[in-house]
Amino acid sequence: MAIRVLIAKPGLDGHDKGAKTVAVALKNAGMEVVYTGRRQSVDQIVITAIQEGVDVIGLSILSGVHIEITEQLMEKMKEKKLETIPVVVGGVIPHQDRAVLKRMGVREVFPIGSTFEEIVQGITKIAKEGNRR
Amino acid sequence: MDSMDEIKREREKWEKEMLAKNPISPTKTTSGIDVDVVYTPADLEEIDYSRDLGFPGKFPFTRGVYPTMFRGNLWSMRQYAGFADAEESNRRFKYLLEQGQSGLSVAFDLPTQMGFDSDNPMVRADVGRVGVAVDTLRDMEILFDGIPLDKITTSFTINATAAIILAMYLAVAEKQGVPMEKVGGTLQNEILKEYIARGTFIFPPRPSLRLVVDIIDFCKNRVPRMNTINFSGYHVREAGSNAIQEAAYCLSSAITYVEEVLKRGIDIDDFASRIAFHLIVGLDFFEEIAKIRATRSLWAKIAKERFKAKNPKSMMLRLFCGSSAREATLREPLNNIIRATIDMMGIVFAGAQSASILSYDEAYTIPTEESALISLRTQQIIGYETGIAKVVDPLGGSYYLESLTHRMEKEIKALIDEIDAAGGMLCCIETGKIQMDVLKNAYEIEKRKQSGETVIVGVNKFVDEQKQDEEIVLTKIDPRLSEKQIQRLHQVKAARDNKKVEKALKALREKAMGTENLVPSIQEAVKEYATVGEICDTLREVFGEHQESVVL
Repeated sequence: MAIRVLIAKPGLDGHDKGAKTVAVALKNAGMEVVYTGRRQSVDQIVITAIQEGVDVIGLSILSGVHIEITEQLMEKMKEKKLETIPVVVGGVIPHQDRAVLKRMGVREVFPIGSTFEEIVQGITKIAKEGNRR
Repeated sequence: MDSMDEIKREREKWEKEMLAKNPISPTKTTSGIDVDVVYTPADLEEIDYSRDLGFPGKFPFTRGVYPTMFRGNLWSMRQYAGFADAEESNRRFKYLLEQGQSGLSVAFDLPTQMGFDSDNPMVRADVGRVGVAVDTLRDMEILFDGIPLDKITTSFTINATAAIILAMYLAVAEKQGVPMEKVGGTLQNEILKEYIARGTFIFPPRPSLRLVVDIIDFCKNRVPRMNTINFSGYHVREAGSNAIQEAAYCLSSAITYVEEVLKRGIDIDDFASRIAFHLIVGLDFFEEIAKIRATRSLWAKIAKERFKAKNPKSMMLRLFCGSSAREATLREPLNNIIRATIDMMGIVFAGAQSASILSYDEAYTIPTEESALISLRTQQIIGYETGIAKVVDPLGGSYYLESLTHRMEKEIKALIDEIDAAGGMLCCIETGKIQMDVLKNAYEIEKRKQSGETVIVGVNKFVDEQKQDEEIVLTKIDPRLSEKQIQRLHQVKAARDNKKVEKALKALREKAMGTENLVPSIQEAVKEYATVGEICDTLREVFGEHQESVVL
């Protein structure tokens, strides 16, 4: 069965080139991709993830608010008992923040410069493993 | 002098003799135009000097919009700045002005650009992040405190909320004793590209267009020194288009806006001298310069032939140029100084009227004081030390550049015709065609980068593994900032006359339902310290909100 991925653009950030090109690359790799469009609240993202029954959630953030937004999302996921769905984050993520995101439970960070191949392989692996808790 | 036939014959001979031993590998510009290994007068056969190039300051302005260009005055150096709150940004503005910057260019945070107040729980994380937070007139008073608005001009990157920011700026000027007719500056006010790229739309395209035209109409007699719209190719290019698409989409949008203004019975010559353009100059040096020369000539023809402008000022493409952000790298970020320097030289050769170049840390976040200063210094060194600004259009006459300019003009024109045939820019945005074409190109660009076909030094070639995870000092936004901003907002709300605010908003709602110009009502509301969020909510009730249709 094809891996289902939700690519989400939370917050007000309008830079969606990365989110959209990655979505196309995942589709080309045979995954089923749901792209939320821009300006999604954390609640909307969680609802979409439930409705679409996705295997992985990918957040794309380029405006510097990755820590705050990811924290909110992880809390919401816990509240909705969705901890089994792995979360990955992409965008402008300074090196020092990558460990911070991982401590929150983010499975992988794909900062700018990650190749489509790395992202496809990373997501495939993570989707297969799921979140074991 | 050699005849063309002779040159062509010589060229063939040369190819046989010289290139037989050294075969050349084919290459293209970033827009996909074939690049020959050498150019000769034979490549200029289709070009007529007087018709296609002419003299600077004369139709079709290919060589520049002013007769002496930088010989008299250098371009205006206007680094994009603004972060955190009004106090912090005011300090940065004053610093840049003290260091010799010619004017200001304000970056607003996303809540301000999208019509949300800082205390809206949905936008908390975004307060003061990518620009300065402005909730009420109070913030603008602080932002321009001690900056004389009759002497300094300000450029505002503001679109959906442009009318509010304009009203606030005029109100601050009034408090300084500066009348509207003396206030100068630029509003981006270019909403169409927000749907394609940047994303700071609020309302659906059609009511948004009404607001754009309201501003143009309002300013044309009352604020005559205000450039009321900045037709922008920059952001669509950053979102992944190529140079031809950038110029064509920009000009096609310009056509749409101009048509909207003309529908109100306003004459082209009554407003076109107050419109400006915003394009990019990136690293593909010659193509970028050719693109700008071609766009200048195309706009002149569109204004004259399509819109029947009579005043040459209406045909001049006044240009604000930015360097390329998508070509800046996270790795070895200091290399971005070199990239911006090359872009800036291209901007000078292209003949822009004002410029802002990227700071080396901007692939990460908004610049520090140090990195912002280097950008300003780069502009100053090029302007004052190199001598490249002494002669107008100094690359004009280059066989390659002229041939490429001619070719770019043809390609851009063909794409404009295609968009016209498909019903114009608004239709093509509403159907998602433009977004799709930009995405396709973005995907191809990314693949070429990843395969190494497009070389990025320090990233996909000559990679220093030691430097992979280099850390640099970045601008840090105080996490308590949003608290401080919210506190100020609440103080303003407590001190204002809420009855007057309600009355002003009610009047705005009624006007919005009709067809009258909305700027005066927005001015009334702003002066009573109505917030950006309150004004936008009032308009949301009438216009609705834009729902993005996602094309993949």
